Amino acid sequence: METLLSTTISGLLMGMLFALVALGLAIIFGVMDIVNFAHGEFLMVGMYAAFLTATGLSMEPLLTLPVSAVICFILGMGSYYLLVRYLLKGPMLAQLLGTFGLMIFIRYLAMAIFGPDYKTLEQGLLIRPSINWGPVMISYPKLGAAVISVTAFGAVYWLINRTRLGMALKATALDVEAAGYMGINTEKMRGLAWGLGGATVGIAGALLTNFYYVFPTVGLLFVMIAFATVALGGFGSIKGAFIAGLIIGLIWDFGGTYVGPEYKFALIYLTYFLVIILRPQGLFGW
Amino acid sequence: MLKVENIEVRYSGVPVIHDVSLDVNEGELISVVGANGSGKTTLLKTISGTLHPTKGSIQFDNEDITRSSTVDIVRKGITYVPEERRIFGPLSVEENLRLGAYILNDNEAIETSIEYVYGLFPILKDRRKQKGGTLSGGEQQMLAIGRGLMASPKLLMLDEPSLGLMPKLVDEMLDAVATLKGEGITILLVEQNVREALEMADRGYVLQTGRTIYNGRGRELLKTDIIKKAFLGI
Ligand SMILES: Nc1ncnc2c1ncn2[C@@H]1O[C@H](COP(=O)(O)OP(=O)(O)OP(=O)(O)O)[C@@H](O)[C@H]1O
Ligand SMILES: [Mg+2]
Repeated sequence: METLLSTTISGLLMGMLFALVALGLAIIFGVMDIVNFAHGEFLMVGMYAAFLTATGLSMEPLLTLPVSAVICFILGMGSYYLLVRYLLKGPMLAQLLGTFGLMIFIRYLAMAIFGPDYKTLEQGLLIRPSINWGPVMISYPKLGAAVISVTAFGAVYWLINRTRLGMALKATALDVEAAGYMGINTEKMRGLAWGLGGATVGIAGALLTNFYYVFPTVGLLFVMIAFATVALGGFGSIKGAFIAGLIIGLIWDFGGTYVGPEYKFALIYLTYFLVIILRPQGLFGW
Repeated sequence: MLKVENIEVRYSGVPVIHDVSLDVNEGELISVVGANGSGKTTLLKTISGTLHPTKGSIQFDNEDITRSSTVDIVRKGITYVPEERRIFGPLSVEENLRLGAYILNDNEAIETSIEYVYGLFPILKDRRKQKGGTLSGGEQQMLAIGRGLMASPKLLMLDEPSLGLMPKLVDEMLDAVATLKGEGITILLVEQNVREALEMADRGYVLQTGRTIYNGRGRELLKTDIIKKAFLGI
């Protein structure tokens, strides 16, 4: 019973972070129907930005969140203006290979600069032992990361659904030509979608740094989870990304506890394949 | 107010408009007619800044807008109500209208515009919370026109507002256009219903394979042989 409760809590907390990791993928796909294969590398850049700022300046890791957010915002927006908008003019295959190439480029650039070593933070507000709540254990870093993830997620949800800028993003997503007729600068909206996608995954990366190793290929691991999350939630659906994040988090922890840690990934992919077969549009896709 | 001079427009290198000139003066209703594929939509898209001419020039309020972006052109006061309406289907009627006022920053002006559009098309007010995509064809057309009016344009361009509507609704839609003209709005209208469009227009232009072959007072154009033969079947 205690294990069940601990696993559920841990799964939901992890799920909130997974949702934030997937959010940017959903935003970018939602606004322009393009899959950003370099998304995991954006996460990795966010992690290094947080790690290096925290260790270099002996700073509290949580205070590095804005640093990661800004760097990844620029990375996202830069990718759009320097690469993606040219890819859009080419065929579908060029778009796929284009962001795939960006992924390889960023990953091996990181490898060249930082080397292959695993790095980890040793000090910080979130880096402390688990909370024991009777027999139930709650991981302190995960709890903190989850709270901040939900806050960031909520802020983006609000931005998209309650502001004029969000309306313009939605209009661009629905019909870019018609959005142009409204006087919306659709090119800017697309750049912004990439920036926002980068910033959110950058924040997720900075949070992850509090309890996970930093290394050049770390993005691969989490981007696969993010793909499963957006597929489950429905590509482009923000609400879907959140619910799906929670579900994937639960599968992750239940799989780890009851089936065996080595099967966590297999179970997530099993879910992914089942979704693709049974409900290809995902839970909330249209 | 609007002056299009000898423009040529191409799609991936192939000219579709060869030589078109057209003037619109303040307060006028100008109708453009022509067979399918004669370049009417291309002309409106070019004025709206979605496409750019390879030759010739476009001026609006004595400013050159030949190379201006759509954003700038909307801001200068030209809105385009596209063929097939292009409503934002999953968004509500009111959200669609508010998007039409995207370039306005003044909330009061936006509310005034919304009330104006609801006054013009009361059905939109009844359906304001409904998703745009669930409206009937006629209602969607009203929404598209309403959305085009939201920014209080100086020039409203309508691309076949009666397309796909049943005859009774066609008349209603054209009546609405006449009402707008009555209120002093300058309108550039593209229509398949040649007779009605030319009867209500101050002046008309006839396009044929990307050239303006005729222009003149609306009712006089109706008497010309080319219109009689090609469009009215007389
Ligand atoms: N995106 C495009 N790419 C290439 N050719 C195009 C494109 N859009 C239109 N054309 C061609 O340009 C010509 C003019 O098209 P346009 O849509 O302007 O005609 P139209 O007068 O509006 O016709 P309709 O009455 O059917 O709406 C047509 O021959 C059409 O096939
Ligand atoms: Mg047309």
